[in-house]
Amino acid sequence: MEILLVLLVLVAVVLALVVLSRLSGVVKGLKPSEESYENPGRANSVNGWMFLIVMIIGGIAITWSYLHSTEFYLPEASSVHGRRTDDLFWFSMGILTIPFVLVNATLFVFAWKYRYKKGKRAVYYPENHRLELVWTAIPAIVMAILVLTGWKAWSDITSEAPEDAEVIEITGKQFGWIARYGGVDNNKLGNYDYRLIDAQNEVGIDFTDENSFDDFTNPSELHIPVNRPVLLKIRARDVLHSVFIPHMRVKMDAVPGMPTKFWFVADKTTEQMRAELGNPDFKYEIACTEVCGSGHFGMKMILVVEEEEEYQKWLASQQPFLKTYPEYLEKVPANLKAKAAKYVGETASAE
Amino acid sequence: MSVVEAVTHGHTEEHEHHEPSFWRKYIFTEDHKGISKQFLITGIFWAVIGITLSVLFRIQLGFPEADLTWLKPILGGWITDTGKLDPEFFLALVTMHGTIMVFFVLTAGLSGTFSNFLIPLQVGARDMASGFMNMLSFWFFFVAGLLMLISLFISTGPASGGWVIYPPLSALPQAMSGSGLGMTLWLVSMFLFIISQLLGGINYITTIINLRTRGMTFSRLPLTIWSFLITAILGLISFPVLLSAALLLIFDRSFGTSFFLSEIYIGGEALSNVGGSPILFQHLFWFLGHPEVYIVILPALGITSEIIATNSRKPIFGYRAMIASMVGIGFLSFIVWAHHMFVTGMNPFLGSIFMFLTLIIAVPSAVKAFNYISTLWGGNLRFTPAMLFAIGMVSLFVSGGLTGIILGNSALDIQLHDTYFVVAHFHLVMGASAAFGLFSGVYHWFPKMYGKMMNNTLGQIHFWLTFIGLYMVFVPMHYVGIAGFPRRYYQFTSYDFTSIFSDMNTFITVAAIFTFAAQFLFLYNFFYSIFKGKKAPMNPWRSTTLEWTTDNPGHGNWKGEIPAVYRWPYDYSKPGAKEDFIPQTVPYSQTPESNFPSENEYIAEEKIIESQNYNDQFKTGH
Repeated sequence: MEILLVLLVLVAVVLALVVLSRLSGVVKGLKPSEESYENPGRANSVNGWMFLIVMIIGGIAITWSYLHSTEFYLPEASSVHGRRTDDLFWFSMGILTIPFVLVNATLFVFAWKYRYKKGKRAVYYPENHRLELVWTAIPAIVMAILVLTGWKAWSDITSEAPEDAEVIEITGKQFGWIARYGGVDNNKLGNYDYRLIDAQNEVGIDFTDENSFDDFTNPSELHIPVNRPVLLKIRARDVLHSVFIPHMRVKMDAVPGMPTKFWFVADKTTEQMRAELGNPDFKYEIACTEVCGSGHFGMKMILVVEEEEEYQKWLASQQPFLKTYPEYLEKVPANLKAKAAKYVGETASAE
Repeated sequence: MSVVEAVTHGHTEEHEHHEPSFWRKYIFTEDHKGISKQFLITGIFWAVIGITLSVLFRIQLGFPEADLTWLKPILGGWITDTGKLDPEFFLALVTMHGTIMVFFVLTAGLSGTFSNFLIPLQVGARDMASGFMNMLSFWFFFVAGLLMLISLFISTGPASGGWVIYPPLSALPQAMSGSGLGMTLWLVSMFLFIISQLLGGINYITTIINLRTRGMTFSRLPLTIWSFLITAILGLISFPVLLSAALLLIFDRSFGTSFFLSEIYIGGEALSNVGGSPILFQHLFWFLGHPEVYIVILPALGITSEIIATNSRKPIFGYRAMIASMVGIGFLSFIVWAHHMFVTGMNPFLGSIFMFLTLIIAVPSAVKAFNYISTLWGGNLRFTPAMLFAIGMVSLFVSGGLTGIILGNSALDIQLHDTYFVVAHFHLVMGASAAFGLFSGVYHWFPKMYGKMMNNTLGQIHFWLTFIGLYMVFVPMHYVGIAGFPRRYYQFTSYDFTSIFSDMNTFITVAAIFTFAAQFLFLYNFFYSIFKGKKAPMNPWRSTTLEWTTDNPGHGNWKGEIPAVYRWPYDYSKPGAKEDFIPQTVPYSQTPESNFPSENEYIAEEKIIESQNYNDQFKTGH
């Protein structure tokens, strides 16, 4: 609220300045004015000064509001690549602040400095090849540096996921996410087919594939282990969605008919973040960033990052989809029925 | 009547000098000046609608708790019984705001107005190559607008899937109600709009290439004309691609094809479509969509170049570099489209290529900014409203362009994609900049368009309020974006990570309403001056280009012969010259006192220039 008030006051100040300068102009204007394009008079120099005033007040306002908001920038990164892109972001912002300030300041100062003065004649100065060459080269070099650093980070982030990555499937739908795990036993995701989707089998698990017998789904939480690569296999079942995990610096569209993926290493558990931020209620969140309909703004899923042991314990406590909905045993081909049956019966977890 | 015909048959048209009927003069006019006014007024109409829509959704974002029952008389069922905005209608507002502002205001309103008005007047032609096609161009645009307007009032609501209309959302009425009739109207409207753009574009290009007056070589064209030429070429190449995307989408929606649809389960049933690719649509869309950004901004760059040179009383700095950078930007604009798609699942290697190409664009853009600033240096600046808006445009273009360097970096785009950082970026660099180009142009050429002067002081106040207001809207929006707020969110209450910054969002909304309110100063000034403005002199800004050599022209632009051109358009404050400007129509032989030694050789050319007269379409104005 404070920031709002202060900025509003700034606006009021600027407005007051405008009005005052105008008023004095109007008063002067009561006398028959000699203003013309050739001889623009007082209003012209008022506008020239405005550039200087707006630059100074605006500069202060931007700097102040920027610094004031720092605490809210980029939520604490919790992934290895996230800290790298954060550094890159602040590095780029740092570099870009220079031209932002320089160019705007030169523009405004020149506007003020070279405002119309009676009897002065402008300089006829149509070109200067050396100067132009210099200011073509400088941005080109700066760009080259930024491109190279960005390219290196991008190729690492989008490289193939390591072999030991935990593979989890996440499917977007209107309006929510469904996580699917490879299961308690073989840890392999089974096949899927969108034509098999129904009210229970929300992601279309294909039970003719034996890998799917121990798969389980979760529509509200995504659990992942800390310090181990996690490969998200991303799907959408109706329209485009986009998996956005702000703290992990993860974003990837979910596309119907075209599976996508994103891998990352989370290196702070939910508990660690709670301690670090001093917020016992902290939760990692997953949001949707591709407009997908009326519920777009509420497609929340909670991400739980845990120590490896806890994660394994949690995995073991989940029950396969087949156990929750034994009627899907019918879909299993005859020759595999026996194999599937063990996940349905009470004895399943004992083995 | 074609040029060739006129030459070979020695065609002389007989003109009856009577006033055209009301219909031919104001409605179905073929006069480029009339058509440009039609584009301008229609553009202003759409701008008011488009910005009003944005104020509505800003109210929702800035005051999520507010009771909006008072809007019920206007929005009816879109306000729920509890006084809240319907979430789907929120998306419709966002979508329509984008569509209207990008296509109807900044493409048709800006390019349509000034390409039409300035091309014949500045190249020295009596009208466009085809006045009839030009008229069609406006009326296709008009009907396109009509359909879009109708779509705002239908019960299922207008298109709501974002202005980028990505399928499958836009293809499936089951996915949201706006994808029903509203989307159909959107597609048909855009179809007509594209036809309008093509008719206009072909005309602009033909006129610039074929109907330049005697002596008007390419190196003597004002930068405005260069920018319109490049813009028209970009449009001609890229709009058909959008047309094809729209056509395929129409097929998918209505005829059961699967260009963009695959493996979809929606509304309790699995659709039969397989094998299509939603990503294909995005490629097609952005192949237009990215050049479109430059279609919007290039005319603004051309207009401001002209205005800054005139009002600095200096030649534009680096005329050739300005052209080269516009050509460079135009070319590069075709090979950077996939930077909108870094995180769509596109091959990451492609992402690297597009990042590289995208960042190259910063170089010609930087050159332009530096050239503007050098033009101010050592000038004798007149702060007409046009000049103020031109300077403001440079500031907005630079401030907004710089954040583009961050977004063009694919690694950084991962976090920032589809957040308010992007929204802030493109509103500054293309939205606000292009709007400033539009304002600048209107203030500058109003005297020639309507023969009246606009009020200077009101214009100056309008500038300062708008300029400050826009920065107050979009600078804080960057902060919100860095914090990770996704765009197109109806409200930010669902997540903990967006539970911050609520006063910042309120502030942005207040600033947006403030800026919107300031625009009524312009509207008042504009319409009042058309009827009651002071009569304008022939050349109020003491400018060099051809349009200022004709006084309040009728159809045909010049009474008597079309003027010949002998020099480039930026001879301001030439050393030795009596006045601080030398119009393009003044031969070097008349200005021995200010000629540079190298220019004396052009004197010999004057005879050749004078002996040509190929391009007079109908011999005399009428």
